[in-house]
Amino acid sequence: MNRYTVAVLVNNQFGVLNRVVSMFRRRQFNINALTVSETESSDLSRITVVFEGEENIKQQLINQLYKLPVVHSISEMNGDNSINRELLLIKVKNEASTRDEIKSAAEAFGALYVDYCKDSVMLQLTGESRQIDDFINLCKDYTILEICRTGSVSLEKGSTTIRNVTNF
Amino acid sequence: MFLTGADIIIKVLIEQECDVVFGYPGGQIIDVYDSLYKYQNEIKHILTAHEQGAAHAADGYARATGKVGVVISTSGPGATNLVTGIATAHLDSIPMVAICGNVPTSQIGTDSFQEIDITGITLPITKHNYFVGSVESLADTLREAFKLAKSGRPGPVLVDVPKDVQTALCKYEPLPAVKPFEKFAAKDIRIEQASDCINNAKRPFIYFGGGVLSSDAKEEMLELAEKIDAPIGCSMMGLSVLPTDHPRFLGMQGMHGHYACTTSMNEADCIIALGARFNDRVTGNRHKFAPRIDIVHIDIDGSELSKNVNAVHGLRADLKLTLQKLLPLIKESKKPRWQSRIDDLKAEEELLRDKREGLTPQNAIKVINKHLTENTPVVTDVGQHQVWTAQNVFLKKPRTFISSGGLGTMGFGLGASIGAYFGTKERPVLITGDGSFGMSLTELATAVKHQIPVVIFIMNNGVLGMVRQMQTMFFDKHYSNTTLERKTDFVALANAFGAEGISVSSLDDLEKALSLGFKAKGPFIIDCSIGKDELVLPTLAPGDSVGDIIVKADE
Repeated sequence: MNRYTVAVLVNNQFGVLNRVVSMFRRRQFNINALTVSETESSDLSRITVVFEGEENIKQQLINQLYKLPVVHSISEMNGDNSINRELLLIKVKNEASTRDEIKSAAEAFGALYVDYCKDSVMLQLTGESRQIDDFINLCKDYTILEICRTGSVSLEKGSTTIRNVTNF
Repeated sequence: MFLTGADIIIKVLIEQECDVVFGYPGGQIIDVYDSLYKYQNEIKHILTAHEQGAAHAADGYARATGKVGVVISTSGPGATNLVTGIATAHLDSIPMVAICGNVPTSQIGTDSFQEIDITGITLPITKHNYFVGSVESLADTLREAFKLAKSGRPGPVLVDVPKDVQTALCKYEPLPAVKPFEKFAAKDIRIEQASDCINNAKRPFIYFGGGVLSSDAKEEMLELAEKIDAPIGCSMMGLSVLPTDHPRFLGMQGMHGHYACTTSMNEADCIIALGARFNDRVTGNRHKFAPRIDIVHIDIDGSELSKNVNAVHGLRADLKLTLQKLLPLIKESKKPRWQSRIDDLKAEEELLRDKREGLTPQNAIKVINKHLTENTPVVTDVGQHQVWTAQNVFLKKPRTFISSGGLGTMGFGLGASIGAYFGTKERPVLITGDGSFGMSLTELATAVKHQIPVVIFIMNNGVLGMVRQMQTMFFDKHYSNTTLERKTDFVALANAFGAEGISVSSLDDLEKALSLGFKAKGPFIIDCSIGKDELVLPTLAPGDSVGDIIVKADE
């Protein structure tokens, strides 16, 4: 099983996300993360899909996406050709016994304290999904109260843009 | 010119060269029906007895003509009644535009009377659908719907129009009918790679589906078959593309297909798949299907390539244009050993053929064959009768076999026959079963009203034969809810609707009944009793591969 990140440029209209997600559900594509946002053009939205599967499943997912008339272009993002980032907010228990360890961990990963109170602290970390996984794993030694992560966003390196991608 | 949204809908239908629409009125589509009244000299509306019948009629019209079929319904139950018809068209890639009324935009989302989220409901069964939020976008949305329905791999498109959009005024300027998106051939390098594969094949097999019809690629396919000396088989959707007696044609392939066709496809070293999708009826267990074979797959829908079976060469392109570029690269060769193997398989098939005399389903269809002209639309419902027809009907011209292949919709036939008639003005023959006919017989009212001279041949065995057959073979004869035990008198039923009908129980009776039926001015029912334990053969046990095909009842 590999992890794939696919960026999809779609019409910025209501119901478009539903069309994309409905197709994933119907064909049982297992999605790990999904982000949606407006782009440099207000007519277009960008969906970033992260999922795990075999190569042929990824190809099938891309082929099925191309069939949706609301899809403009699709670009596969991998570690070599693109920058991938995700943001994590994590709330852990604030206890005297672990306070220093949490601080060291945060420093090592470059996580920021964004909330601090007597019983809990909230940290913010931006990085590649794997870094975020690692940080969450590390925090499991303390008491995690809540986690929220945004899912990956990616852009291709260099001056090429997803709008230049021609279908197949 | 300023028109209401309802008038714009009808004007766009006329500009899209739509001469007949099927549908059923209601509160939230009443303005469109008022416009249909106004423009009745330019566009004909056929009122059915049920919206599902109208959807199947639009589908049958599209299958018989290749044009876009149009169906109109009101909101709520009118729209949901279209669902089976739209899904039927979707699975068989039939161009269709469905127009539904809806409650005014101010009421959308409030669960008002007869409000339903039909764009949500039909999301997975349409190529695309639209909710028209303003009258300004109405005309172009409808044009886009037609363009999508007939472009690439055809399919149904739904347009949901709230009532206030139908009454609002807007400037309308007529435009010519939309053309499909431009077709394209595969890249040269991909065609070259495919041609190498085909040129190296010792036992090539051409397997085609409905895509050959949509792309009009019959001649190119035949030229390829001649050049490489290959046999040809098809999925159910491919039937009627080639004349039944074409020397290279082995008939339908798959679990209920012709033995020689299915077996030679399984023995081939290279399958050239043209506009077909390797459905489970074709492959049996797809994990055991053709594991060592080379597959060249050409289809306009890229998602079909390597979806069900892994294609060595998957070409996403128009069939006709791609075959035209492929043909000059193909070396002519004769393959006598392969041909002699196919002859052996054909001889085996002949030995396996049901040779009983009297009124068997096979013999009945052979008698019907004598009455078919080259243009007769042969329509079926779904079940045993459908397969027997697919196996035994004698077809001569494309678009004369109309059947629900992908979805397998019982109750499809009568509506589709009505649509096929309005598309071709030819007398259709509907071959159906008592189960299927029971699902759609309400449309007899429509057929009588319009004096549609459809010959309705009911294979009446008193059971749901296809399911019963599976219960016989795989469920220890537990006939759970497949014995109908109804007292329906189909002749009396025909009379009650204002049609003619006759009961037959021998081949002689059938001959006479058909002579009457093929002269009748309106719908003519032939209620034909057949044995309830007749089997569809060959068949396949669930999970088996096509190599394990069951050809005899006692296996």
